[in-house]
Formats: sequence, C-alpha cells, structure tokens
Amino acid sequence: MLKISKLHKSYPIGDSSLHVLKGIDLVVNDGEMVAIMGSSGSGKSTLLNIIGMLDEHDEGDYELDGVHIENLNEKKAAVYRNKFLGFIFQSFNLINYKNALENVALPLYYQGLKRKERQEKAKFHLEKVGLLDWAHHLPNELSGGQKQRVAIARALAANPKLLLADEPTGALDTTTSYEIMEFIQHLNDEGKTILIVTHEEDIAHMCKRIVRLRDGVIMEDKIVEQVRAGQHV
Amino acid sequence: MKFLFDRDTWQEVFDSMGKNKLRTFITMIGVWWGILLLIGLLGAARGMENSFNRLFGDFATNSVFIWGQSTSKPFKGFQEGKRVTLKLSDAQKIQDNVEGIEFVVPRNQSQGFVVRKMLSGTYNIAGDYPLLDIVQKKKLIKGRFINQSDMDNKRKVAVISEDIYKQLFEKDVEPIGELIRINNMNFAVIGVFELDNFGGPSSDIHIPFETFQQVYNQGNQIGWMMITGKGEYDIKQIEDDSKLILKNLNKIHPEDKRAFGSFNLGEQFAKLTGFLTGMQFLTWFVGIATLIAGVFAIGSILLITVKERTKEIGVRRALGATPFEIKRQIVVEAVFLTLIAGLMGIISGGWILIWLDSAFGQGEDATLVNSSVSIAIVFVALLILIILGTLIGLIPAFKATSIKPIDALREE
Repeated sequence: MLKISKLHKSYPIGDSSLHVLKGIDLVVNDGEMVAIMGSSGSGKSTLLNIIGMLDEHDEGDYELDGVHIENLNEKKAAVYRNKFLGFIFQSFNLINYKNALENVALPLYYQGLKRKERQEKAKFHLEKVGLLDWAHHLPNELSGGQKQRVAIARALAANPKLLLADEPTGALDTTTSYEIMEFIQHLNDEGKTILIVTHEEDIAHMCKRIVRLRDGVIMEDKIVEQVRAGQHV
Repeated sequence: MKFLFDRDTWQEVFDSMGKNKLRTFITMIGVWWGILLLIGLLGAARGMENSFNRLFGDFATNSVFIWGQSTSKPFKGFQEGKRVTLKLSDAQKIQDNVEGIEFVVPRNQSQGFVVRKMLSGTYNIAGDYPLLDIVQKKKLIKGRFINQSDMDNKRKVAVISEDIYKQLFEKDVEPIGELIRINNMNFAVIGVFELDNFGGPSSDIHIPFETFQQVYNQGNQIGWMMITGKGEYDIKQIEDDSKLILKNLNKIHPEDKRAFGSFNLGEQFAKLTGFLTGMQFLTWFVGIATLIAGVFAIGSILLITVKERTKEIGVRRALGATPFEIKRQIVVEAVFLTLIAGLMGIISGGWILIWLDSAFGQGEDATLVNSSVSIAIVFVALLILIILGTLIGLIPAFKATSIKPIDALREE
C-alpha cells in the first residue's frame, strides 16, 4: 500500500535549514492501523503531510498504491489526494457555513459526481457515523465528537485507499476520544488502511502497530496488541 | 463553460456570499453606486439635450440676425453717425451672393394699437414672409400662418399670439375670421399661435410683409433680416460675408464695426451644444471612474475574504480541489458580485430616471425631456463590468492558490 525509503525533508530557516526527516524507511500494508508517535518536533506531522501530498519530500522514494509520487504539480496532487487519501484533522476543519451533509459531499463534488449521487453517498456515510439525523445542522451546532464524526464521514466519502488522521482526538475529551477511536477501529476492521499521528500512548495502543520517531529518524517500529476502545467506554 | 450552468457552482457562490451578508452587501455598494451615477447622469444629460433640442427644435439654429444701426466711421463723403437702414434689395443680394445661404428672411416690426370691441392693447406688429414659418416654426393652435396668396393680394389678415387672443377675446369665442383693428384698420384673424420660448425679438401679431409695407408706408425698407445657413456651413463666416456685402451696398467703411448689429444664434447654440458635449464627457468620466473604484473595492474585499478563507481553501485542496477549480470559483464570485451590483445599479438608475422624468420632465417647458439611456450603453456598461470583474477577480484567485495547502491548513 505504502512504501517509503530514505525519505529526507528539510525546511529552510533563514540562512540555514532545519533537517526534519533524516532518512525514513516505512512500509505499510493493506489493512494496517499504524500509530506514528513522537514528541513535538520529531517530524511526525511532516511525515504525515508528505504521505498526504500536502508537502513535498526532498530526497528518497515514496510509492502509494503502486504509484510513484514525485514532482507533483498542484493539479496532479489534488487529483491523487482526492482519489487515494482521506484526511482527518485535529481541529476537524469542517467548512462552517456548510451543513454536515454538504461537508461530507464536498470531496465528491471535486470528484465530479452528479448532485444526486453525491447526496446519496454523503447520506450513506453520515448514517455510518450515526449522524444522519444531524445532516442539516451546521458544524457549530454539533459537539466536538459529532464534528469529528462528520469529518470522518467526509474523509470516507471519497472512498480513499488510505485514511490519514492527524491527532484525531487532540481536541476531544477522553470519553469522546475513545468513541472516535472505537469508530476508527471499526473502519480498520472493515479493511481500511489507517495512519494516525498522535502523542497519546493510550490512543497509540489502540492501533496495531506503533512507529516512534525521534529527531527525524524511526527509533522503534513494533507490532502491538490492539486495545479495543470499546472496553474503556 | 459547462460549469457556469452547473447548479453546484452557484450553490458554492451563494454559500460563500451568504456566509457574510453584510460584507457582500457593502462590497456591492461601490459598483452599484458607480452604475447608478453613470445611468443617472447620462440620462439627465440626455434629458437636458432633448430639452434643448425641443426648445430649438422648430427653429433654424444655424442662423444670424442682422439689423442696421449707425456708422462709426466716415466713408466716401458720408459723415460718421449715418443712420443705416436695410432694404429688400440688400436681402436679395445676400441671398444671391453669399455662399452657404439657405434662406434670407426680411422682417419688419412696429408698435401698433390694437382694438377689438371694448378691449384694446399696444402690441408689436411684425410684417412677415410666409418663409418665417419655415425657419421659425410657429405652433399654431388655430387657423394658419400667412401664405403667398395673402402677400400677393396684400390682404389685411393677422396671425395673433395666444396671449393676445386671451386678452382681446372673450372665452370660447372662435377668433378665426373675427376682425381686430390695428391702427384703425380692420384685419381678419387667420391664425392663433403659441408663443415659443425662444426666437429673437418677440412678436405678438404677424401680418403679411407687403401689407405691412403699405400700412406703415415703409417702401422697401426692412427692420432686420434673419439669415439661415445650410447645415454644413459656418454661420460665423456667413455673418461676416453678409456684413461685408451690406457695407459695400450701403457705402460703409469695411472696418466699421458698429454699422450693423447682429445676433449670431448659431454661435450661441454651438456654445450650448459644446457645453452639453462637455457635460456628457464629464458624466462618462465620473461614471467610469466611480465604476472602476467600485470594482477595485470588490477586488480588495475579495482579497480580504480569500485571506480569511485561507484555511477553508486549504481544506478544499486537501479534499481534492485543483488550483484551477479554486481560482475559477473566486473569479465567478467576483464577476457575479460585480454583475449583480451592476444590474441593481441599472435598475435603480432606471428608477432615478423615472423620478427625474416625473419631477422635471413633465409639461411644455420641462428642463429634462425624456431622460433616458440607450440599451446599447447599458450593455456596454455590463460588458465593462464583466471584464473588470474578471480581471479584478484574478488577483485574489491567484493569491488564494499561491499558498501551499499545508501552510493554508496551518493558518489559524
């Protein structure tokens, strides 16, 4: 599914540059649920952004679902993002003047689907996250957990091969966090490949594999026994 | 072009505009005001032009009046101060010799005491050719103007003004065929005319020229003449040529400036139309300048909007929006805003014109006649709006996609 080798990334800071990723090698197979951990500044978000094609790597290889990702222009990147990837953000990033249904339907709009088809698919995914009754509510009428569920529905709507979550529970309380994680685990059970960036140990242990980063290199990469979020709730 | 007819495109436009209604509204004010000014001012200028045209409409504007005064220079044995009197033959000479002449209309005028039954008054009596009706169209309410047959037979007939009719006749009396006494001679009324707003010395009663000659014992003397030039000829030149011929005929020093008085209507009229043209130019200038200012306001507000929406744009791009789709959306918004504001400006400009028409455009001596703007101008204005809207929309559009999506998403 995902193959990264010798990935380097540095950011220019004034005259010098900050070497953030110093040769990352990572392979993620279909159906995996991987937590990427590390303290702030370890490069975990940068890695996720490169995987998400929101940022470009300087050196190394990146292959996603058999497609070599290199020298992307913005248009190509947009098409790949739309086709391969679903994003879940810490701050939800819902569009605040669009209701839940419209938010979920947005990636489908950029896929060029017909209105009716979009509505049906969006409804299907909203129902999946249990928020069909809230379809016509605006984001500010929803709780944090509900917002994240709408965001998950939106990420799923385009039927991506890989789901990228950047601190998906960072803005939520523990109970809600576990609810969200339980849902994400369900998605993984159904076969979705999921990458989660987090710095919370308990969240990381709800994944099947933990990759620890420190100062731009992978320190540890281990398979863990998954803790089911449902047990905590 | 297909996306223009796509419901979703417009859904997006309305969503993002409806997000902040006040801002959308304020954004549009500039363009609305520009178009309103353009339409209102152009309409008013047109109304003024129409009003002038109506005022002068039946009047040969390319004309000059010339009358005799007294000389200021001695010449060929004549002392200065010689009284100059124009003669019929002078008029004929001018007609024959000056280039570009259309008509030469000799006229005579005198005071007369007019009586009808118990009513009387002193009025200006003018002796006129039927030609006068062509160069200085009389608005006849009743009857007709003097004709050639009146002239040939030296008939004692009179065409009187509406005012005199009201003063000398009781209400509802049919004046045509009635007799009035002018200096103790009976004249039959053949027509009643409405006084025009303009036309040189006012005349109350017109009688045939030859009748006037006989009654006032004028011989071939004429009071003044009205010379009209053909449209393409310069009336100032005609005036100078005519005066030179007159000086020659009347043995007056060629440099004598006082011998003949004149009033050059053509020149005055040219000044007026020049003023109107200037005003129209000013109108266009002010209107277009305001419009451009308005469009720039839209551009700058969209720029702020784009800045505010940086994160949203980042999200959209993360969800798979291509930079082109983002740009297109913003340009469509810009054009749509300008166009709607422009249309509203045109509509309210129309209301202004309707109001102008009802306030200043009614009645005979309206200051603004038929204030209006041609459809062509409206379309030109709309076209300008679309072009300006597109151009100005490109600035925020490029601004929006110049930020990398990752930076856009980080924006708080």
